[in-house]
Amino acid sequence: MTRQPVLHVTAKFLIPLIMLFALYVQFHGEYSPGGGFQAGVIFGAGLILYGLVFGVEQAQRVLPLGVLRVLAALGVLLYGGVGMVSLLAGQEFLDYGALSADPVAGQHLGILLVELGVGITVTAVMVIIFYVFAGREKT
Amino acid sequence: MIDQHFLALLVVVPLLASPLCLLLPNGRLPWLLATAVAWVVFALAVFGVFRVYGDGPVSYWMGGWQPPWGIEYRLDALNALVVLIVAAIGAVVVPFAGRSVPAEVDGANIAGFYAAFLLALCGLLGIAVTGDVFNLFVFLEISSLASYTLISQGRNRRALVSAYQYLIFGTIGATFLLIGIGLLYAMTGTLNMADLARRLAEVEQTRTVFTGFAFIVVGAAIKLALFPLHLWLPNAYTHAPSVVSAFLAATATKVAVYVLLRFTFTVFGLEFSFGAAPLSLILATLAVAAILVGSVSAVTQNNVKRLLAYSSVAQIGYMVVAIAMVTALGLTAATLHLFNHALMKGALFLALGCVVYRMGGADMDSLRGLGRKMPLTMAAFVVAGLSLIGVPLTAGFISKWYLVLAAIELGWWPIVAVVLVGSLLAAIYIWRVVEVAYFREADDPARSEAPWSLLAPTWLLALANIYFGLDARLPVSLAESAASVMLGGAP
Repeated sequence: MTRQPVLHVTAKFLIPLIMLFALYVQFHGEYSPGGGFQAGVIFGAGLILYGLVFGVEQAQRVLPLGVLRVLAALGVLLYGGVGMVSLLAGQEFLDYGALSADPVAGQHLGILLVELGVGITVTAVMVIIFYVFAGREKT
Repeated sequence: MIDQHFLALLVVVPLLASPLCLLLPNGRLPWLLATAVAWVVFALAVFGVFRVYGDGPVSYWMGGWQPPWGIEYRLDALNALVVLIVAAIGAVVVPFAGRSVPAEVDGANIAGFYAAFLLALCGLLGIAVTGDVFNLFVFLEISSLASYTLISQGRNRRALVSAYQYLIFGTIGATFLLIGIGLLYAMTGTLNMADLARRLAEVEQTRTVFTGFAFIVVGAAIKLALFPLHLWLPNAYTHAPSVVSAFLAATATKVAVYVLLRFTFTVFGLEFSFGAAPLSLILATLAVAAILVGSVSAVTQNNVKRLLAYSSVAQIGYMVVAIAMVTALGLTAATLHLFNHALMKGALFLALGCVVYRMGGADMDSLRGLGRKMPLTMAAFVVAGLSLIGVPLTAGFISKWYLVLAAIELGWWPIVAVVLVGSLLAAIYIWRVVEVAYFREADDPARSEAPWSLLAPTWLLALANIYFGLDARLPVSLAESAASVMLGGAP
């Protein structure tokens, strides 16, 4: 890859900000617009920008495809796992009230965990789709 | 705990097993997990059927939120039957996959294949059990996206094109459904089916509701491959791996028929669907065309998988024409055929899966002399084929008998004629396969029967065709209670 200092410096400056904003959207989701899906897309966009500027090989060294596959699966399992915990606690599936002695705190914790699961899976899948399309010629 | 949560577990177990499958290494393990899950789901479905017939409809509030605000899962006589069909076919087909999938799917994709399979199972069950129209759309997308992936796994490169074609059609269908649901939501402000049925009654005579109705019916018609919206189906079934063809042919279109039934009978109510809107005439006309065009196209096919796919288009016609009658007998015939057609198409596609496993293809040419080379496989094919034609003592006869009775009751004599012509055409296309298999010489006549792990599921379904042809009490009583639920109006 040819050296493109302006692009590299700008990207290095922007990527942390994009990821920080993604985390804000993720963890502030229950008070303001946003949530797991949006945050996952933004976080994924940060990683994809890295891949575009520094090359897909470099991006795959940071986040290999195998790791992303595991993350994609873990996100769904986290979501479903929260549901199973409330089910095993004798409540309805995904009744977050069962997660804590105080139902309101339970609802709070439940939505945070579920949205985190969504965010992880969406990030992983976004980047996987990028890898698949970007690496198509080589396979 | 099972007693309280089985409705949620029916969907959650395959949903959570799917990412677990993805974490497992390629090889036997994902298959073992999928088999276990399919059997657990089947057990839950049987439990659910007993519950519904024992103590009436079961309702489950997702997350403890009370309907109509929260998502409600609801099992009554109609969807209990659909859940039973999907779960039973899943439980039979996954063991078959153990030998068949490694032979037909790229070894590096095995874990992903089973993950997609479980998602498809989860989506189809979810469509059946949910009592919320938006949730139904979500599950429809889950099952559809998973099926596109499954179809694209076929060895032939054309599988990719077929999957893409299905993706375009399926997305249009799902979008239509979503637009329809959106219009209903705009008019009523609710998504719960029972609540929608109550509130729609007040605003029935508005253009928005009519438009929504039209969008939903067309969307469902694309998903169930009603002629002339069936163009995606033959390619998809032909190029998909054998297991996927068998699973989708036996379940996916059935679930789409259920979606049509649920919307027209429960949500809109039959006075609106078949009184205010001329649905009966439209459905009957298209169904007759489907029976004739599907059967004639099947006769001319050279690939047996494709032949069966066109035959599916025709069989869907039988179900839809029975729905168009809107009588207790007609709806019984429709739901009965839902059940019986799953048995026969499942058996036929599994038998073809055995052929593909040994011969590498399903052209007429590769079936030459198979009557001697693979006697058990072809015998199962013939049994299921007879059922497809509707020969007495097979399940197919029972559903055609009810269908003809229902048509005579209404005095729809042309329909009786069409059913007979359709059966005759079915006899012709099944005979073509039989002729090639039994009366032509193979190049290499050495016996090469399919392994038992493939034959057992195939024969299980083939024997089910005979069993339910001799003793039809179970499916008939299930279908009759489903019909009474639909005509009763209440979900």
